[in-house]
Amino acid sequence: MTIQQPVEPVPPTSGARVVAPASTSSRGTRILGFAVLAGLVALVVFGVFISPPDAELGETIRILYMHVPTVSAAYVAFVITAIASGMYLWRRSEFWDLLGASSAELGVLFFGLTIFNGMMWGKITWGVFWRWEPRLTTTTVLFLTYLGYLAVRQVPTNVRTRATVSAVIGILAVVNIPITHKAVDWWRGLHQEKTIFGTVDPDMRGTQLFSAYLGLVVFLGLFAWLLIHRFRLAWLTERAEDRGLDAAIAERRAEA
Amino acid sequence: MIRDAALVAAKDLRLEWRSRVGIGQVLPFAVLCVLLFAFALDPDRNVLERATGGLFWMVVLFAAVLTVQRTFAVEGDDGVLDALRLSGLSPASIYLGKVAALLTQLVVLELVLAVAMAVLYDTTFRGWLLLGGIAALATLGIAGAGASYGVVGLRLGGAETLLPLLLLPLLAPVLIAATRGFDIAFGRAAGPGWPWAALLGIFAVVYLGLGAFLFRPLMEDA
Repeated sequence: MTIQQPVEPVPPTSGARVVAPASTSSRGTRILGFAVLAGLVALVVFGVFISPPDAELGETIRILYMHVPTVSAAYVAFVITAIASGMYLWRRSEFWDLLGASSAELGVLFFGLTIFNGMMWGKITWGVFWRWEPRLTTTTVLFLTYLGYLAVRQVPTNVRTRATVSAVIGILAVVNIPITHKAVDWWRGLHQEKTIFGTVDPDMRGTQLFSAYLGLVVFLGLFAWLLIHRFRLAWLTERAEDRGLDAAIAERRAEA
Repeated sequence: MIRDAALVAAKDLRLEWRSRVGIGQVLPFAVLCVLLFAFALDPDRNVLERATGGLFWMVVLFAAVLTVQRTFAVEGDDGVLDALRLSGLSPASIYLGKVAALLTQLVVLELVLAVAMAVLYDTTFRGWLLLGGIAALATLGIAGAGASYGVVGLRLGGAETLLPLLLLPLLAPVLIAATRGFDIAFGRAAGPGWPWAALLGIFAVVYLGLGAFLFRPLMEDA
């Protein structure tokens, strides 16, 4: 038996073409993007050229202007993922699922950057890329935790299972952040060494302090800009997949 | 709820006893690890004896991954999960039953492991009160988190390679705390042991609570 239903005409060859918004940008994001770009230029000018070297940290303080912002953005990202995960389990909407996933992806990116610039700092200060410094160690453990979250998103399964499972993991993972912090802190407690973390603020003055805060604002702006784009891209990908399915069904019907 | 959980735990343990997977495969694997560590590290210079705490918990974590996988793989066949869902048992009690079954299996494994290490590494196990407390809390935490991730693996179609990646970073604080606790009990490290026990207790309580709460969406909506 054939069921005749009015099918939206989709050209058989169109595949996964998306007609709706073909771009992830909008007026708002363009303005934000330019503001962030200008901020990055200003950060380079202040952080690298204008601000003086630190009495204790020397020239390496300049890495701090990027290091603290990247790690802060990553934590913001994971908190957003956790909130979005909770909201997904409550409201069951695609919006929260995709927001959580997009944010986690950026969190992993910023954690990767944090580990990288932390190791650069370590090479200059300690002479080696790696020491079991508590913050660096914690960051790496959490980085791997969230790589697991991203791996779950890659498993081919239905959308609902993927969303529910990753929401649960988003919540289970965020709770581990303070526990891991505490455990690693105590573990390395006896080994006080010079660290890039926890050296923020008290002694900073003038352009140093300004660069530190500028970095924070600029990187949080960058994170917001990336998050909006990543989210829109994820959203459009889902629409494209729906569309691809619709097209395939229409094609099949045309054959029958 | 406790009765329902006991029902699920008893079912799991009976299944485990009859299939002999734990005894026939996981336990020998754990003992094998004890041997392999001796090949990897020099057995003549007391390295093994000094590292017993850490090696002990490494083996427990690896074996826990296998046990978790096994405990949930049996639910994946023949639509057993749907049957469990329709059984009228609350998801929280199924979860707690699974935790209890995992806990029992891991405790047995730990006892065997302790004997193997005492014999092969010449380690003297002492500081029993702290040792027992640390082991109980750490195992509870491992079982609590493991049961949540076990059902995640099951939901994703038995993603065997994914489970270690998900579970082991989460258990990193347990490894740290349990190893430190054991070292203190053995008299190999200074400092009080109770903060480590407290940390393990917090981990266990947090993950048991979350696990019981999140088991429903994993069972019913995934």
